[in-house]
Amino acid sequence: MKRSRHLLSSALAITVMGAAAQANAFCGFYVAKAETDLFNQSSKVALVRDGDRTVITMANDYQGDPTEFAMVIPVPTVIKKEQVHISDASLLDHLDAYTAPRLVEYFDDNPCMERELIVTAQRMRGQSAPEAVSDFSSAKSLGVTIEESFSVGEYDILILSAKESDGLQTWLSDNGYKVPKKAERTLGSYIKQDMKFFVAKVNLEEKAKQGGEMLRPIAVAYESPKFMLPIRLGTVNANGDQDLFVYALTRDGQVETTNYRTQKIPTGEELPIFIKDDFGDFYKDMYKTAAKREGGHGVFMEYAWDMNWCDPCAADPLSNEQLQELGVFWLNDRPNKPGIMPRRPGPKSMAKDVYVTRLHVRYDAESFPEDLKFKSTGNRQNFQGRYVLRHAYDGEMNCPEAEGYKREVNKRKEKEIKTLANMTGWETKYIRAKVEESGKGGFFEVDKPKKDHEWWNKIWPGDE
Amino acid sequence: MSEISLQTRKLGKAAAWVSAILADPRHYQIAILSSLILFGVFHFAFQLPWWHVVGCLGAALGTQAIADRAVGRRFDARSPLISALSLTLLLRTGSITLSIAAGILAIASKYLIRWRGKHIFNPANFGLVIVSLLFTSAWISPGQWGSAPIFAILLLGMGGIVTGKAKRWDVSLALLGSYAALLFGRALWLGDPLAIPIHQLQSGALLIFAFFMISDPKTTPDARLGRVLYAALVAVIGFTIQFGFYNSAGIILALILTAPIVPLFDRMFPSGRYQWPEFFASLKGVSDETITTPAE
Repeated sequence: MKRSRHLLSSALAITVMGAAAQANAFCGFYVAKAETDLFNQSSKVALVRDGDRTVITMANDYQGDPTEFAMVIPVPTVIKKEQVHISDASLLDHLDAYTAPRLVEYFDDNPCMERELIVTAQRMRGQSAPEAVSDFSSAKSLGVTIEESFSVGEYDILILSAKESDGLQTWLSDNGYKVPKKAERTLGSYIKQDMKFFVAKVNLEEKAKQGGEMLRPIAVAYESPKFMLPIRLGTVNANGDQDLFVYALTRDGQVETTNYRTQKIPTGEELPIFIKDDFGDFYKDMYKTAAKREGGHGVFMEYAWDMNWCDPCAADPLSNEQLQELGVFWLNDRPNKPGIMPRRPGPKSMAKDVYVTRLHVRYDAESFPEDLKFKSTGNRQNFQGRYVLRHAYDGEMNCPEAEGYKREVNKRKEKEIKTLANMTGWETKYIRAKVEESGKGGFFEVDKPKKDHEWWNKIWPGDE
Repeated sequence: MSEISLQTRKLGKAAAWVSAILADPRHYQIAILSSLILFGVFHFAFQLPWWHVVGCLGAALGTQAIADRAVGRRFDARSPLISALSLTLLLRTGSITLSIAAGILAIASKYLIRWRGKHIFNPANFGLVIVSLLFTSAWISPGQWGSAPIFAILLLGMGGIVTGKAKRWDVSLALLGSYAALLFGRALWLGDPLAIPIHQLQSGALLIFAFFMISDPKTTPDARLGRVLYAALVAVIGFTIQFGFYNSAGIILALILTAPIVPLFDRMFPSGRYQWPEFFASLKGVSDETITTPAE
């Protein structure tokens, strides 16, 4: 049972998203501690697409017994050995870090002095991990054709086509893939849509040679007008919600889903200072609250940016070599299309013609009955999930303006608490307690509010 | 006494105006399309800067004004307004130039591409498809509305009124009915749960197309039977493009592809040409009058 669950949640890929912070390259300095396992039951997929050509890299963080690992993924075409590549998990980690929602800090100046600005960035990221597999047994004639059979890296891979779903189901279970009965209809639907099945297990000998704990991501290149991700097999037996991170790399611009609404994650808000230590929790609850407003599920854009730069950077943009490894096949097609030169080319001379979109999908079978279908648009407007901490000036202030400044800051802090409560669904009481407990970003002590700051106070100055 | 009669007359005049406004289906369309735009911008955070709306509207109205002067016809803002509003709803672009170009193309097509006194292409559909096919920086976002069922029902209700007024609810229903039959047929054939075709039918873009684009009386066949058959054809072609060629804007492309054979339908099923109701509200009241217009 356990095995079959792995099998199916890996129907797209398995991963866990974690939050971690790292030094950021261009602006500011290292801020906070790493957190992991932020989003459970999540998958990470890099999707490179231009025209009908697609390169999909699926990362997984399967950590169980490799003999138990198996994945079955519907694919639009037969895949040959040369079309499969074993990738490096660190690439997806880097892509994840580059596109992660980020926390930015600003420091107020001394209201009595000249301005000075320091910006720091902290980012939130997912973490990828591998999947596991088991042994194949011989093929049987159940209307199932083994179109291709090969090994790449630690994986033994079969490409199957089938005539009947029950034949395929029998074949799979005879060969150690325990597909739940409920999946039969879904398999049948894919068969009729002329999809093939990409079936992978871990080759234990190869795995032993490779060493290492994790299974490496699998990259597959194919050509098909279908720009989609099959999620239905993964929802057949899933308990509860699943999270999927799609990092789409295109030439044109933003990628969006065509059969579900893609919305932007709330961004740009100022938050209380203690969030610096609780960014992971904040983001998790903020996402949950945003999704809840849509009925608990949805497709959220967390990042959309030209790959040449970032501001602030949670990690460096990926290098040409990294992009090539991920399957960006047009890097050497010079020159760039006119009119879409990046506004701010990176320092490394040649501007890359690559636009990245990060979509965070939370779904279950009921709210996402259909597979995800995408389209790439010409929209090159940059977007990022970015949250702001504004530190009040905490040095000595000796000027008449200081009093007004402190009052302004207190007003601002109030607003931040309300914003945070609204975004995360946290109680304001809890937030106030956290502010107090953290000892950071507390309220200023201000003199008893002078009675003259509202016009009516001047009418009856003697009143209590 | 005279005071009262004056009041009564004023009231009567106001009522005349109201009924005059209600009599023309285009006023409903304008009101509903505008509300949808506001809803999209404020509720769904469409990326739609106000100057794009102004640009597209201005371009459409300006083109109509110039063309009307050229053909010597009284300028009427309502039709170009509807075309421009539909365009703003469906066309997404980051370029104001393309918004304006779409407006101009839409209206110009009414005057330039004609057959037997009737323009061939649905103006908004024409502008939308041409601009989004030619330029990568303009696109159609079929997913922008999501599939909120409540919203779908709301749209259905409002759309029903609109197209009912325009006597073209038959096209909308024939299109939706055929498309639904195809979706359910496909699901049955694939063995898919019915949640899938239901989800596909709850597409805001599909409903907007059915109620506000294909229902244009000027570019659909004149006879009811012709219209119903035509709508079914659009549904079949749109479905094929969507599921056979994996283009999510299938139904919108189907309309532009089939528009040139509308004259054929008119020939097979002859009927009277549709005219928008014309009326003048004056001090004397409202008079209905039908004027044959060269282009609307």
